[in-house]
Order: sequence, then structure tokens, then C-alpha cells
Amino acid sequence: MSLNFWRKSAEFSPQADPKRSALALADLAVGLGILTLLYVVSRVGAQSLVKFNPPDIVPSVSLDPRNLPNYAARSTLRMFIALGLSTLFTFVYGYAAARSRRAERVLVPMLDILQSIPVLGFLSVTVTAFIALFRGSLLGLEAASIFAIFTGQAWNMTFSLYQSLRSVPCELEEMVELYRLSKWERFTRLELPASAIGLVWNGMMSFGGGWFFLAASEAISVLNRQYTLPGIGSYVAAAIAAMDFKALGWAIATMIALILIIDQLFWKPLVTLADRCKLELSAGEERRFWLVDLWRSASLPRYAGQLVEPVARRLDRLLAQATAVPAKVPPKKVSRTGDRVYNAVLALVAAGLLVAAVRFVLAEVGIGEVGHAALLGLATGSRVIALLVFSTLVWTPIGVAIGFSPRLARVSQPVVQILASFPANFLFPFATLGFIKLGLSLNWGSMLLMALGSQWYLLFNVIGGAQGIPNDLREMAANVGLRRGREWRSLIGPGIFGSWVTGAITASGGAWNASIVSELVSWGHTTLKAAGLGAYISEATAKGDWPRIVLGVGLMSVFVVGLNRLVWRPLYGIAGTKYRLE
Amino acid sequence: MNGKSTLLAAECIAKTFPLPAGGEQTVLEEVTFSIAPGEVVALLGRSGSGKSTLLRILAGLIQPSGGQVLVKGTPIEGPNSSVAMVFQSFALLPWLTVQENAELGLYARGVPKEVREHEATVVLSMVGLEGFAGAYPKELSGGMRQRVGFARAFVMKPDVLMMDEPFSALDVLTAENLRGEISDLWERGVFPARSILLVTHNIEEAVLLADRIVVLGANPGSIRGEVRVDMARPRGKKEPRFIALVDYIYTVMTNPQAPVGELPSAARSDRFPMLPHARVGGISGLLEIVNDRGGREDLPELAESLRLEVDDLLPAVDAAVLLGFAQVAQGDVTITDAGREFATAGVHRSHQIFKEQLLKNVPFVSTVIEALAQKKDGRIGKDFLLDILDEHFSASEAERQFETLVDWGRYAQLFEYDRDEERLYAAEEEIPS
Repeated sequence: MSLNFWRKSAEFSPQADPKRSALALADLAVGLGILTLLYVVSRVGAQSLVKFNPPDIVPSVSLDPRNLPNYAARSTLRMFIALGLSTLFTFVYGYAAARSRRAERVLVPMLDILQSIPVLGFLSVTVTAFIALFRGSLLGLEAASIFAIFTGQAWNMTFSLYQSLRSVPCELEEMVELYRLSKWERFTRLELPASAIGLVWNGMMSFGGGWFFLAASEAISVLNRQYTLPGIGSYVAAAIAAMDFKALGWAIATMIALILIIDQLFWKPLVTLADRCKLELSAGEERRFWLVDLWRSASLPRYAGQLVEPVARRLDRLLAQATAVPAKVPPKKVSRTGDRVYNAVLALVAAGLLVAAVRFVLAEVGIGEVGHAALLGLATGSRVIALLVFSTLVWTPIGVAIGFSPRLARVSQPVVQILASFPANFLFPFATLGFIKLGLSLNWGSMLLMALGSQWYLLFNVIGGAQGIPNDLREMAANVGLRRGREWRSLIGPGIFGSWVTGAITASGGAWNASIVSELVSWGHTTLKAAGLGAYISEATAKGDWPRIVLGVGLMSVFVVGLNRLVWRPLYGIAGTKYRLE
Repeated sequence: MNGKSTLLAAECIAKTFPLPAGGEQTVLEEVTFSIAPGEVVALLGRSGSGKSTLLRILAGLIQPSGGQVLVKGTPIEGPNSSVAMVFQSFALLPWLTVQENAELGLYARGVPKEVREHEATVVLSMVGLEGFAGAYPKELSGGMRQRVGFARAFVMKPDVLMMDEPFSALDVLTAENLRGEISDLWERGVFPARSILLVTHNIEEAVLLADRIVVLGANPGSIRGEVRVDMARPRGKKEPRFIALVDYIYTVMTNPQAPVGELPSAARSDRFPMLPHARVGGISGLLEIVNDRGGREDLPELAESLRLEVDDLLPAVDAAVLLGFAQVAQGDVTITDAGREFATAGVHRSHQIFKEQLLKNVPFVSTVIEALAQKKDGRIGKDFLLDILDEHFSASEAERQFETLVDWGRYAQLFEYDRDEERLYAAEEEIPS
């Protein structure tokens, strides 16, 4: 029984020839690759332990481009640690939500809220807390940055796992139960593979989004103090402060290279492997990828595998025994009174928290301030809506054109993916400079900044939606002679509607979050500010004004959750029923 | 009931599900039956009869709301380890090879690798999958995938092998082929389970495979009765007994109220085919619609457009078939020449045609006419006919048969019936005032 998806089954593998030379070129490549990786990780990891004792000793960032690889490596390490933590969190939280009826009732709504909270608004809290936790070491700042990235990744991935677990076909669950697979076996043979595809794709998307948070969290002013954590994000921040265009250019080039390398060495192999875990049994062409082929054709991994396999098998068996299902399972009693008590306690706790928050805000800032912040929220909300409308008008025709042409799609999809991963805040200085030169108010300009990061979600969802429209239907449209306008109204519009909604939800969430860094920008010593909730939170964070931070973040969550409930969820319902292409 | 002679028994099983709007829905009610070693039992029912729920309760996957499941006399708690199941959708893990899928149950039991591999090889060759051990399910056709499903169940050597509509996801030819092979394994005595419990809605499948057919009624699901398949194996679909059994069960299934018992012997069933409980108006209405639609119509579609439940429509269809007005094949009803004539004829002519078809196809009507002719006063009592009918039908069914007979005979102008006096008169005769 294989746990090892790298292994191709012996019968079908053309490479399983033992007579082949023991060490081939492939082995050399694999071996060197692994050694390099180990070296870089250990070198970079050690730097996190340097002394840090604010305010006297703070690390500085040098703008010399030769330092960039080192900074990039440190940032990357942060990203991967955050990804690891997100994965861990996903399994614990998502599993609990999917497997326990009572936990589900708390965890899922909570996840929904966590997803809507503007992560950047919390940086101040976490930075102060983590610095206090790791006194005298840079680890505090590291942890705060990692935490910020984590909060940008974890919720998506958790939702994906939860949904995959909930949609495992019923008969597979019954089969596993009837044949008494242990909890460990159930997890490794059924649940993990069944959720692998969703998890990998979501992980990849979230990882791309994580660069944005990384850039925002490496250089941050909290409680009237500027903190800098060496990395590519703080390099950009320093370049902005020094108005150094050359350094900015280097940073952007490095960033693109980084995204490409990680995509090729990490995500592509993972996607290739996860592809084997398709639940539907339809035969399709197996996804191929050069790194996976290289790994498979090298004999080094196979030898290592032979060494590890007995141990792995023993371990697998031990875990299976430890989590075995008891021979007799006493019938589960569904206690309705228990449920009622549980629900009542939940309601009480929720009400208590709400009352406490309202009292705190009212006592500290007063009702007038709440009204003021709410108006700012409306301003930011109008920007979000305007940018969605604008992005839709611009990108829908382009996305449909790409989706309808397989050749164009093949070429442009990787480009769009990189654009989506690229942290938009790297481009902010150019835009800011433009605004200053043109004398454009940030009240309008911030819309463009928010769109820089979030529009790509709309684009590639529309591409996907257009690709999903069956060819038959398009031929039918041509056959009955639908004109361009009518074709859009009766076929393309409804056909891509579901994907558009998905893209718009993500874009809207991203735009709200981005407003915190988009409504207050600076270039050198010039600072531009827009009237909006994002700038409000940003300012409160810099000053350490707790009541206003709580009020701002709380209000923004209310706006996001409210929009989700009132607009997006109904639209999603329509997409799932009326405009379903099946 | 729960002695050593039963492998698996259901005692007064009931199952209710809470409804979202409050209240409960009863899915199963008072289900009691058992499976003895060496027999093949089929649970036959329409959708909504709770047959799959019952199977899952017997497998210990669902907790019954009432009653208990006994394995060799001991109540079960949790999944029933004496059974293995073949699923409708195969339930294979796509990321494991054929061999790994087949071994899964043994693996969970902690059977050593060598033993596991040996056992899996044996069952894979039993289901004709030698050489496919290393393939993945997606490389196989639907029929081969279900063979893996069978292999995974066989390898457990269960007391009872449960099959939940195992052939219904396959195309007709593949299903036929696989069904034949499974039946063959059982007949050769090499089947790796002591008994089989088959859930199906396919009547031919049940008659082909089962020793005993338990017919379930719907809303709520309950046992209507059992039909013993008293045929030697292998069974041919063209054998008269096979055809008679399929016809009988078909009739039972299409008449929700009909009692289920043993199929009467062939000699008697010829003379007393059960009359479907349909009024002549319903029959002629059906024929007119079918005729208007070009003489051929899909049954479910017909039910849909008439806003009738299939169970309400089928008696009329059965009656039309019995009287030679229509033929049913593969879910389509086709009108015959006689049927077309009947549907389009004027009032007088239609009575005439109905009479001819009735006399030709329902011998019992001739018996009644003869009896009327022999009687000096040209009349016979209801009791007399019920006495005859009682020999072939239950008391309540005999009553219904009589009602139908009267309706049809009146329309054919063969006889009249006086409901107050409960007597039949010959039709030519003037009714005394």
C-alpha cells in the first residue's frame, strides 16, 4: 500500500530497469539540488537568531543589490514557514469542523469572519505581542511577519479542506467504515488524497497572496516606532524612503525571479502529484512536469526510498494500530437537550463579546466617532464597488477572448498567475510618484492601487469560466446566428457568471484588505492620504490608538461580512442554480 | 428465528428520520427477516421502499430507530464485520491500484503483506482481473471497476456478501455479462461468501440470482411478502417458469395493494391471470392518448404528462396489455391494431371490440358466461364467483378481482350486475322490473 505518490507503480514504470547505471545525470542534478537547498536554509535560518534589542539595536537594510539574494532567501523562508503553519492549522481546524457537528457550528462561522477581517489592521497587535514574547531577539519580528502571512493563507486553505472533507462521496465513507479502516488509514487513504487537489491549488493561490502581506509586514511602523525586518519587503520600503529607482527595479526583478523559481520547483511538482488524486474516475492525460520526471528517472531517490520504506511501513502500521476503531461502537446518542444547552451557551458567549466590544468602543471614542468611521467605511466601500465595476468592464472581454482561444490561454495563463502572485505594493511607489506629478488626489488614485492587486482574480476566473462553456453551445450560437450582443446576453454572460462571482468575491475581499495600505502612501517624505476606512485603520495603527484600531477593524469586518451576506451569497445561489452549466 | 441456522437476522427494524420542518419521516417499519447459510436473498422494491437503508442497517452502517440486527444470534454494535459490501458506485479509491483497492479490507485487519498479496491475487483472478493488479481504476472500464469492487468484497470471505444494486451503474450488456459470471461462481460452489443479500429494483436480476425474493412496499418501507424462486440453476430467461415468475412479480410490483405470496402453479395461473385493477374508462383514456401521440409513448413520460404516479398508471397499462390492446417493452407502451381500433371506434363498435378482446384473453369471463347460460334463471350470485376466485386469490384480492370483472363485463355488454341483490344477469335478458 503506497503512501508514496512519487513512486510510479512498478508494472507501468519504464524506468524500473535495475541494469541502468547507478548514478546518472539525473542523480547529479537531484543530489546537488537537495544539498543547495539545505545549505541555503541553514545559512538563512541562523540569521533570525541575531541580537535585536529595540530601540538601541535594530537591523538595517542595505540598498546594495548584492544583498538582495540574501534578503529574498530570508523572505522566502518566512513564506514557507507560514505555509507550513497554515497547513498544520488547516488540518487541525478544518478536520475538527468537518468531523464534529458541534465544533462545526462554531468553527465555520468563525472562519467566515476570520476570512473577512482585514489582516493588515492587526499587524500592530501582533507585532507588539510577539516582540514582547521574544525579548532581545529578532525572532519576535520574524514571528509577527510570519503570523501576518499565515493569516493571509490559512483561512482559504482551511475552507478548502473543510469543503473537500464534506464532499467525499458517501459510499466511499461507508466503505471505509465497513472495512474498519483506522483513523490514520482513513486520513491517509481517503481524506488526504480526496482533498489534495483543492488544498494544493488553494495553497498556491494563498501563497501568491502571501507576498503582499510579507511586503507589508517586513517594514512597519507600530506605536510610533519603525520596525524593519531584513527581507525583500523591507528592501522595497527602504528604497521608497530613499527614492531609489534603481534599487526598486532590482527588487522587482528579484521578486519575479523568485515567483518563477518557487512555481517551478515547488508548486508545479505538487500540482502534478495532486493531479493523481482526482476523485472522478474519468481517464485523462496525466499531467507531466520536468522536475517530477527528473526525480522519477533518478535512482538516488529510489535508493533512499528503499531505505526509508521499511521504517515508513512500520510507522504506518503503528499509527494504524494506535488509531484503530474499536470492535464495538456504541450507538451515538443524539441528545436534543444537549444541543439546546450548547446553542444557548454559544449565543450567550457571542452576545457577551458583542456587548463588550460595543461598550469598549463607545466608552473610549463615543458614538460620533463611530458615525465618522462608518462614513469613511462607505467611502472605501464605494471605491471597492467602483473598482469591481471597472475591472469587470476591462477584464471580462479580455478574459473571454483568452478563454475561447486555447492557444492564447496556454500562453497567457502562467503570465496572469504570476501577475496575481506579484505583490502589488512593490508597484505602489511608481503609482504614488505618478499621482504626485499629476497632482491626482489619492481619493481617486487609491482605487487604482487597490485594483493593482485584486483585479487578477477577476481575470483568471473569467478565463476559467469561458473555458468551461461547452464548445457545443458556442457552435449552436454561431449556428442560429446569434449576434455579438445577443451571444453575450444569452450564452457568454450566463456561462461565466458563476466564475465571475467567485472572482469578484475574492477581488472584493482583497480590495478591502488592500485599502489599508492603499489609502495612505508615501514617496520619500511626501505622504498622500485618502478619506477612507483603510487610512483610518492605518493611522490608528501607527499611533497605537487601540480604541480606533478596534473600531476600524471591527467596522471593516462588518462591511465585508455584510456585503458577503447581502450581495455575494445571493449571487452565488443564483450562479449555482440558474446558471449552472451541466 | 435467531438460532444457529441464520447468519443474519433483522428483528422488527424501524427507521425514522427527523424532518427539517419538524416531525419525523418513517422510512422503514416493522421489518423482520433472516438469511440462512447458503441462500441468495433479494430485497426487491421500488425507489422509496427503503431497501438501501435496510441494507445499511444490516451492515451496521446506520443505526435503526427500533428493533435490532442479529449476527448468528448476537446483536451488532457498529459496523457488521461478518459482511462485505459491493457498492452501486463501486466506491474505489482512485489513487490506489487495483491490487491495493482489493487488499484494503485485509490491510485494515492488519494481515501480513505476503498473505494479503496472495489473497488479493486469488480473488483478482476469480473476477478475471489477472494482469491488472498494478493498474489504476481510471484505466479500467466500468465493468472492470465493479469487478474490483467484487474482489475487494470477496477477499474478506464474509458470511454474507451484500450487493447494493451492483449492476445498475453499468450498461446493459456489461451488466448482463457480469451478472452471469457472479451467478456462475455461485453455481460452481466457489463463491467466497456463505450467503448473498442483493438489493435491486430489477425484477429479472432478482429472479435470475435469488432463491428468495423479499418484496418491499413503499411509504413507509415494509415487507409485503416473499416469493420463493423454485427453479434449478442455471436459469434461462426463456424458461416458462422464469417468465411466469417475472410476470407475477411485475404484477405485484405494479399493484401496491396486491398481496404477495407464492406464484400459483402454472396450470391455474393460465386460467386466472390476475386482472389489473383498472376501470375501462382508464384503459380507453390511456389508449386514446397513446394513439394520439403516434401509438408509442415512454411510460414515465406518460405518467408525467398525465400527472399520475407510475403506480396509478401501471394498472391501466397492464390491463391494456392483458386485453391485447397494447404491448410494453423497455419502458415504452406501444398500441396494437386492436387497441388502435378500440381507441378510434364509435361507442357501439368499441363495446364490440372490448367484448371480443375480453373473451379472447380472459378465459375466466367465458367461464362466467357459460355458468350464466347453464342457469335456468340466467343469473348467478356474487358468492358463487367469489368462491371460485378465493381458490386463487386472497379474500380481499378476490373481492377486487370481482369488482374489476364486473366493470369489464358490463362494458362488454356480456352481463349486468345488480348491486343490491349481488347478482349477475346475462346481458341479453331484460332486467326484471
